[in-house]
Amino acid sequence: MLNFVARRVLATLPVLAVVAVLVFLLLRLTPGDPAAILAGDAASAAQVAQIRESLGLEEPIPVQFGIWLRHLAAGDLGESYYYKVKVTELIAQRLEPTLSLAALTIVFAVLVSVPLGAVAAWRFGGAFDRALMGFSVLGFSVPVFVLAYILIWIVSLKLGWLPVQGYQRIAGGVGPWLRHLVLPSITLSVIFIALIARVTRASVLEALGEDYIRTARAKGLPELRVLVRHAVANAAVPIVTVIGIGIALLIGGVVVTESVYAIPGLGRLTVDAVLARDFPTIQGVILFFSLLYVGVNLLVDLSYVFLDPRIRY
Amino acid sequence: MSRKFALAVLLLAATGAALGADKVLRVVPHSNLAILDPIWTTAYMSRNHGYMIYDTLFGTDAHNKIQPQMVERWTESPDHRLWTFKLRKGLAFHDGAPVTGEDVVASLARWGKRDAMGVALMTFVERMDAPSPDSFRIFLREPCGFVLEALGKPSSNVPFIMPRRVAETDAFKQIDDYTGSGPYIFKRDEFKPGDKAVYVKNPKYVARKEPASGTAGGKHVYVDRVEWNLALRDVQAQANALVKGEVDVIEALAFDQYKSMSKEKGIKVLKPAIGQQYMCRFNHLLPPFNKVEVRRAALAAFDQRAFLKAQVGVEELYNGCDSMFTCGTPYASKAGNEIMKMNMRQAQDLLKKSGYDGTPVVLMKPTDLDAIGKLPDVAAQLMRQAGFKVDLQAMDWQTLVSRRAKKVPVAEGGWNMFCTAWVAPDIWSPVNNAALDARGDKSGWFGWPDDPKLQELRGRFMRETDLGRKKKLAEEIQAEAFAIATHAPLGEYQAPVAMRSNITDLNTSGLAHIYWGVKKN
Repeated sequence: MLNFVARRVLATLPVLAVVAVLVFLLLRLTPGDPAAILAGDAASAAQVAQIRESLGLEEPIPVQFGIWLRHLAAGDLGESYYYKVKVTELIAQRLEPTLSLAALTIVFAVLVSVPLGAVAAWRFGGAFDRALMGFSVLGFSVPVFVLAYILIWIVSLKLGWLPVQGYQRIAGGVGPWLRHLVLPSITLSVIFIALIARVTRASVLEALGEDYIRTARAKGLPELRVLVRHAVANAAVPIVTVIGIGIALLIGGVVVTESVYAIPGLGRLTVDAVLARDFPTIQGVILFFSLLYVGVNLLVDLSYVFLDPRIRY
Repeated sequence: MSRKFALAVLLLAATGAALGADKVLRVVPHSNLAILDPIWTTAYMSRNHGYMIYDTLFGTDAHNKIQPQMVERWTESPDHRLWTFKLRKGLAFHDGAPVTGEDVVASLARWGKRDAMGVALMTFVERMDAPSPDSFRIFLREPCGFVLEALGKPSSNVPFIMPRRVAETDAFKQIDDYTGSGPYIFKRDEFKPGDKAVYVKNPKYVARKEPASGTAGGKHVYVDRVEWNLALRDVQAQANALVKGEVDVIEALAFDQYKSMSKEKGIKVLKPAIGQQYMCRFNHLLPPFNKVEVRRAALAAFDQRAFLKAQVGVEELYNGCDSMFTCGTPYASKAGNEIMKMNMRQAQDLLKKSGYDGTPVVLMKPTDLDAIGKLPDVAAQLMRQAGFKVDLQAMDWQTLVSRRAKKVPVAEGGWNMFCTAWVAPDIWSPVNNAALDARGDKSGWFGWPDDPKLQELRGRFMRETDLGRKKKLAEEIQAEAFAIATHAPLGEYQAPVAMRSNITDLNTSGLAHIYWGVKKN
C-alpha cells in the first residue's frame, strides 16, 4: 500500500513537469501582451515597452523559462504582474471561497443524489425512476447561469430569504458563511445531482441483479437493508469515482457560479488572470489545479481498497 | 415596571448602536482595481483610487475651470516664465507629516515622466524648487500656456501629491507605500485583489471652504467607510444587488438596464454632466489608410447616429458631436467638420477618387468589451457600403491592445483600424488629446499620423497664454485634424450611475468617480 502511494506520488512529478512546460509555452504563444494591459488605454507605445522590460518580457523565452523553473524549484510561484502580490498569496486568498463552495456543493449533491439514484434503481421502470431520469436530463441541460438567475429572482428578490451575491469568510461566523453559500451550492449541485444519480442508479441496478442480492432476499432480510447494505455498498466504486471526478471538476469549474454570485474564488481569479495575460498567476493556478486533480484521483484510488476488499495494491 | 424599564434600555441601546454604527458606502466600481499606483498606469480605476487617498494642487470644477485645491495662491511672472505657488495651511499626509513644497516638487517630477501632458509640460520646465516648506516654484525655459491645465487635469494621469520618499520611487516602478494626502485612507490590510478595496475617512483632512464641484472645492466626507466591491462584475448581479439593497452605488449601469432601473422603486439613476466620446482610429502607416483621401472617404461614410444607436441604444444617453474635443468644453468647435456631414453617395465618390485599390481594411473588434463592442460592426457595415473591403477580425480586448502597438504590415500581425472610447477630460484639449499627436511613428498613441502642420499648431497652442487665441488655435488644430483625418469621432454618450434613493450628493460631474461630498441618509 505504501509502495503504491509512493509510486503514485512519484508519478505525479513528470505529469506536473509536462503541465508546467506546456502552460508556459502555450501562454507565450498566445496573442496578448501583459504590459499593454497594465499600462492602460491611454498609454503610449514607449510606456508599454518600458513596462515589458521591467517585467522581464524582453528576455528570450528559454531564459524566462529558466528563471521561472528556478523559482518554482524553490517553491516560489512568482509575483502576479497584475496585482503585484505573490501568486501563492493570491491562491491562498481565493482558496477558501472555492473550497467552501465545492465542499458544500458536493456534500449536498451526494446527500441528495445517492438516495435518489438507489431508490430509482429499486423502483426501476416506475414513475419515480422515470421522473428522476427526466430530472437528470433537465439537470444536464439547464445552463448554470439560467438556474442561478431563476433562484436569485425567487429566493432572494421575491422571498428575501438569502443574499443576492457575495461571500462571507467562515471566520466571520458559520451563519453568514452558510447564508451566502446556500444558493450558489444549490445552483452548482444540480448538474452533479443529475450525474451522480444516474451513475448510482445504473450501478445499483446492476448490483440488484447479482446472486448475493437474491441470497439476501432469500434469507428474509428487509428490503431497505438489502438495498443499503448489499446493493448500494457493492455499487460504491463507480459512484465514488464519479464523485471524485466531480470534486476535481468543481474546483476548476466554478467560474460561472462565482461570477453570477460574485464569489471571489479561484475560478474568478483564473479568468481575470487570463484576461490580463497575468502569466505567473495563470501558471501558478494551473499547476495548483493539476496537483489537486492528481491528489483527488489518488484519494479515489485509495478509497477502492476500503470499498472493495478484493482490490489490493 | 421592570418590563418597561427593560424595553427602554433596549431601545436606548438600539438607538445608541444605530448612532454609533459606521456609515458604509458600498460601491460597485466600473472595473477591477489592480494597480495601486495612479502615476504608473493610466487605468481609470487606479486614477479613482488616487482621488480617494491623494489630494491635488488644483482641481477642475463642474464648469471645467481650473480651481486651486492644495494651493492657496499663486503668481505668474510678467514674462510667464516663473510660477510661484503657496500651499494652504493644515495640509498633512496620512502619517501626520506636513505636506511641503519638496513633496510637491518630487511628486510633479515623477508625474512628469509618465503622463503625456506632464511630459509635455516638462519640456518647458527648466527647474522646480521649494524655497520654503509651504511653497514651490516652477521655472520655465519659455512661456507655456497650459501650466494650470496640466496641474489641475482631472483624468489620467492626475498629478497627485505624495510624500517625497514615495514620489522619489523610480517612475517606471510601482510604489508600495500608500501614504496619501487626501480625504480617505486606504486600508491596505483589508485590500483583497479582485474582491474588495476599503477606504476610511481621514479625520485629519482639512477641506477647502468652497462647495465641492467637479474635482475641486471642499472634499468633505460624510461616510465613515467606502467599500469597493471588486468581485461583483456581472451586470445583472449588480442590478439585483442594488435592488436588494446589498450595494449602494453602481458606477456604470449597463445601457440596457437604464430604463428598467429608472422605474425601480428605491433606486435612482443619474446621468453624468459630461459625456464620453467614441472614436475609430486609422493606422496611418499602412495601406490603405496611409492615403489621406482614403481616410477621408471612411470619415465621410461614418454616420454617428448609426454608431450611437447600435452601441448605446437609449436616446437620452447619447448625442452626436462633430468636434474632436468633447462637446460643451472650451475648445469644442465645428471647425473643419464638413466631412462629417457628407452622405453615403459622397463617401462613395470620395473613395472612387482616392485611388483605393481594394486593399482589405483589417478592423479589430473586441469581443469581450460590451462598452465598445458594437462600434466595429457598424464601422464595417458603413465602410462596405462606401466601397471598402473590410476584414473584421474578432479578438479579446487584451489581444487588441497588444496588437495595436505593432507597426508591422498586416501580413505580419499589423492592423488598419480599431475603435475605442475616451472620457471627456482625456480629449478636451489639443495638448492631451492623444489622437492629435502627429509626430509620425514617434507619436505617443497608436495610429501614428505624421503631419508637421498639425504639430506646429499644437506647439503654438502649448506656448500660447491667451485664452481667446488658444481657442482660435484649437479650431485650426481641429480643422487640420479633420483635413488629414487623424481619426473619426463617433459621437458622445453618458454612462449612467445608479444608486439607492437614500444616497444623495454623489458627484456626477463625469470627470471621475469620486466619493467626497456623498451622503448616505
